[in-house]
Amino acid sequence: MSYPPDLIKRLQTHAYTIRRHSLIMTTRAASGHPSSSLSMAEIMAALYFHELRVDPRCPDWPERDRFVLSKGHGCPAQFAALAERGFFDRRELLTLRQLGSFLQGHPDLKTPGVEAATGSLGNGISIAVGMALAGKLDRRPWRVYTVIGDGECQEGMVWEAAMAAAHFRLDNLCALLDFNGLETDGPVREIMNPEPLDDKFRAFGWHVVEVDGHDLVQILDALAEARRTAGRPTMIIAHTVKGKGVSFMEHELDWHGKPASPEQLRQALAELDAWAAAAGLEPPPPLDGEA
Amino acid sequence: MDGPRLLLAKTESPPRAVATRDAYGDALAQLGAEDPDIVVLDADLAKSTKTIKFAERFPERFFEVGIAEQNLMGIAAGLALAGKKPFVSTFAVFGTGRAFEPLRNSIAYPALNVKICLSHAGVTVGEDGGSHQTVEDIALMRSLPNLTVVVPADAVETAQAVRAIHAHHGPVYLRMGRPSVPVIFDAEGYRFRLGRATVLREGRDVALMACGIMVSQALAAAERLAAEGIEALVLNVSTVKPLDEETVCAAAARTGAVVTCEEHSVIGGLGSAVAEVLGERRPTPMERVGIKDVFGESGTWKDLLKARGLTPDDIVSAARRVLRRKAD
Ligand SMILES: Cc1ncc(C[n+]2csc(CCOP(=O)(O)OP(=O)(O)O)c2C)c(N)n1
Ligand SMILES: [Mg+2]
Repeated sequence: MSYPPDLIKRLQTHAYTIRRHSLIMTTRAASGHPSSSLSMAEIMAALYFHELRVDPRCPDWPERDRFVLSKGHGCPAQFAALAERGFFDRRELLTLRQLGSFLQGHPDLKTPGVEAATGSLGNGISIAVGMALAGKLDRRPWRVYTVIGDGECQEGMVWEAAMAAAHFRLDNLCALLDFNGLETDGPVREIMNPEPLDDKFRAFGWHVVEVDGHDLVQILDALAEARRTAGRPTMIIAHTVKGKGVSFMEHELDWHGKPASPEQLRQALAELDAWAAAAGLEPPPPLDGEA
Repeated sequence: MDGPRLLLAKTESPPRAVATRDAYGDALAQLGAEDPDIVVLDADLAKSTKTIKFAERFPERFFEVGIAEQNLMGIAAGLALAGKKPFVSTFAVFGTGRAFEPLRNSIAYPALNVKICLSHAGVTVGEDGGSHQTVEDIALMRSLPNLTVVVPADAVETAQAVRAIHAHHGPVYLRMGRPSVPVIFDAEGYRFRLGRATVLREGRDVALMACGIMVSQALAAAERLAAEGIEALVLNVSTVKPLDEETVCAAAARTGAVVTCEEHSVIGGLGSAVAEVLGERRPTPMERVGIKDVFGESGTWKDLLKARGLTPDDIVSAARRVLRRKAD
């Protein structure tokens, strides 16, 4: 499909902002998963700034679409998106992982806009199935979205949930798979190969679409296709690069669950800014206390 | 003795026996007619957990998730987050064991309104053997913040407890058994109150504090002790968590000797809960009747109660032991 050029540019700017915030937040927290956040920045931008019908002034609006981050450790990206979407003040992002903050190390109901407590891999997609089931039961038009990791697909619970989603014909459910090829201890293929994931989800009864997970047009197209798909859930397999946008993090195993040092953060932000300037993107809203 | 007597059913012979899971199935089907938000989920054991009774009346609100207990908890969490009131059932060993972590992280941690109503708890599962008998489920559930733990004594209390936990917003574990057990309560006289322990029989020599099937065993033990001139107070501690500390301490103070009685390991269950409270607030000589840190095995449920030391005689012996220590 063709989209207004300014829409794509706007979403790219959001992805850029999500990346910057995720890096700054995790460096400030001195912990967290920046590279897992970077690989899903475009997915978060597409969902929160185009696809999801949500109202930041009324996070509990009953008719809203629901989003569950099943790969909960990627939550800096989600929190950044929620702040930019207006669910809370972006300065709160700097409290990530601090005692008393509503921004916990993993998604938690304390946070405005967060729909489920996740972080234990495999749980989120199952919760999303339950939500979608409730929507079907009440014949409501709202939809449920979830993002899972490729390493996460080693969890048996993912397949329990996948089986149930197809069995219950949950076409109001759309999952996106952040297929970045890496997990904590190594490449997903070497640790315990879950591939072929497309065939597996198809065999489990899902409609499967594959996209470049950093190409917003492809993501929007796939989300639209999911909305048109009747009778079964959709899995959007998004081919991504872990650590995307930061040269020393991209494809790098050792960056899982590791924040940048203040010096590395400066370099990372400079790289992102240079890339954004070349792409003609607006400068992002700065976070207070930015390095 | 007059007051408490009203709570108990008139003794029929043989006494009426109903499984707590049957009472659960009936109560749930009734409640389903009153509250359209109730949804029920099971993992291929609906005929055994008796959720089948709800399923037959409200098929559109009953979800069979197959043999996938982790997903059972996850889906229930999602339904609760969307405003439904899920009751989930399977066997206690699978619901608290196999699904422990999704139950912990997706239900207890965010304090979701999910009722985890599991049957076939304890050794009274019988012939299926140790793999299917829980000795640890109360310990597991009791250790989870936000979770309420209810162990009803008979069918009457179960039916009332189902209504009470439905009215309570938050996660609850309701523990039920397989076999038909004596109905001890009078449906008119008894009132289950969530979080309250109930004195079923007054006595000043020793307090028998029991839950589940062991309540009727404790009542029988109290009769035998009475024949020896020992007055036993019997306390039904059907809400194991939060524990009714006031009533427990008051009973300990009144009698100066305590015997806890549970169809569960002596590690982490009712006995532990009572010991924790008395140790801090009112140190009292105490004995724990329960499963002595071993698993179950196959056998009839009645033989298993004997084999694991869960009979009225075992309670009587424990009472004599604790009374000797009280005298010291
Ligand atoms: C059940 C469970 N086991 C282990 C972990 C620890 N853990 C956090 S992230 C991670 C790797 C996730 O890899 P993947 O799903 O590929 O996500 P990515 O970060 O690559 O997007 C692991 C093992 C967890 N959070 N949950
Ligand atoms: Mg990965």
